[in-house]
Amino acid sequence: MITKKSSKILKYTLAYIAAILFLFPLYVIFNNSLKPFADVRISEMWIPARNISFEGYAEAFVKLGQNIQNSFMLVIPVSLFSVVFGAIIGFIFAKVKFRYSNIIFAFVIFGMFIPYQSILIPLVRTMNTVGLYGHLSGLIVTHIIYGLPISSLMFRNYYAKLPDELLEAGMIDGLRLAGVFHKVVVPVSLPTMVVVLIWQFTSVWNDFLFAVTLTQRPSIQPITVALQNLAGTQVIEWNVQMAGALIAAIPTLLVYIFLGKYFIQGLLSGSVKG
Amino acid sequence: MYCAKKDRRIAVLILLPMLLLLFIFVYGFIAWSLRISFTDWNSIIPNMTLVGFENYARLFESQRFQTDIRNTISFTLFFLVICIVGGFFLSYLLYSKLRGESVLRTIYLFPLSLSFVVTGVLWRWIFSPEVGINSLFRMMGFKATFGWFTSTYSIMGFNVALIALIIAASWQYLGYTMAMFLAGLRGIPDQLIESAQIDGAGELATMWYIILPIIKPITFSAMIVLGHISLKIFDLAYAMTGKGPAFVTDFPGLFMFETTFRGNHYAEGAAISIIMLILVAVVIVPYLYSTLRGDSE
Repeated sequence: MITKKSSKILKYTLAYIAAILFLFPLYVIFNNSLKPFADVRISEMWIPARNISFEGYAEAFVKLGQNIQNSFMLVIPVSLFSVVFGAIIGFIFAKVKFRYSNIIFAFVIFGMFIPYQSILIPLVRTMNTVGLYGHLSGLIVTHIIYGLPISSLMFRNYYAKLPDELLEAGMIDGLRLAGVFHKVVVPVSLPTMVVVLIWQFTSVWNDFLFAVTLTQRPSIQPITVALQNLAGTQVIEWNVQMAGALIAAIPTLLVYIFLGKYFIQGLLSGSVKG
Repeated sequence: MYCAKKDRRIAVLILLPMLLLLFIFVYGFIAWSLRISFTDWNSIIPNMTLVGFENYARLFESQRFQTDIRNTISFTLFFLVICIVGGFFLSYLLYSKLRGESVLRTIYLFPLSLSFVVTGVLWRWIFSPEVGINSLFRMMGFKATFGWFTSTYSIMGFNVALIALIIAASWQYLGYTMAMFLAGLRGIPDQLIESAQIDGAGELATMWYIILPIIKPITFSAMIVLGHISLKIFDLAYAMTGKGPAFVTDFPGLFMFETTFRGNHYAEGAAISIIMLILVAVVIVPYLYSTLRGDSE
């Protein structure tokens, strides 16, 4: 009994030490983003802020406000289209049997694992040819296309579990395949729609590679690129950089805190099997 | 599922344009990159003269690319071991029904929702040799002069500058393996553990005979997913360290981006990207084959 109790105490201690280590970078970010300009230079990063100030946030907002807006204009259409296309593709692969469908689906899925560097040069050339290079719409199209594998995988895994009888009952009632999809399948798809929506929202918000290659003009750059540029200039003080980092993190953090269940579900489906 | 022939044809017709677009953007573009990698297009003007494996040969001879490959191997190894061992450890703590479990889980997982750029900016300050963690050690009375990601020391081919990047990446991804393992542990029926304990199995024996066999396949999946992430690593190194002095924190992804879009060496960049693709494919293709084969009826 004594060993059992002491093992429990040990576990608590370790679990909370781990939690403190995980939160420690957050202390750095909050502490330094709240210091006034006058304090950043002289004060050590680790010493708690004495004079709380929002100067850093004010300046970060001036510098990054437009980019936050760009990021929202990017992630909202991408997430919505990913849900629509992902549901259609996922449904067909889950419930309509056609020749080679498994092999074709494997090729679809492989698209989410490739290093995007291997398609980057042709992508830039193509976007240039069709006139979308350097426009937010080009980035939107890119993210929708390369988001198709993961979105269809999530929907396929979910639809594969729907009982065939449910759909066949719809057919007996005289519905065609499209009708079954629309009237029977879509209404029960809400949980997966949320998972895909959240997944695409966070991964596109957090993307850097496509954004930095396809958007050169600062006025259309998403937040990750703007934050990197802001942090890359040595003259900018830490408080602004830390405030900027927090501002860039807040939308996805909020999604995680309030919709964590769906976020984790999306995360775990990244390992292919549902 | 039963489905009329006509309906099936319509479904395939709907699927076709979407798949066509995807396959052009994935496989068409890969083929295009492959072709570029065999040309002499190493200036701003496209030059499609074929030069065979010249770009690849030059890469494998270059200091920078050799360092990149070494860095990728070191980084992947440490990142995988830390995430798998640490993730299992955390999941096991949470599995033993601690109070405040959901708060702890939320804390372990939150870094995963951040962008690698945010992580990079943050940890660059933390490991900054002048004002970062060194100054914390100095405040505690130690003489801290370690250069962290600016250090050019190397131990048996391992660039110690990578430590900072490995810590930052593990901070972000430990929660992922934790969540995977926890999902697996939660799947073990309680009766199984209880009956083992009634038979006199202690905590260690339970762990060895019941828990480890169940988490083995999860460990395998985690290795694949994390492994392919670390082979592709780009954002974190770009934001946190850049290529570093003497390429101590350089990776193929960084090299590709720089040489292509900053140096206009398109053919060289394409060659790097194809090598990256091959590395990822070696890991992913057998995995996809084995998981999807189990699915087909």
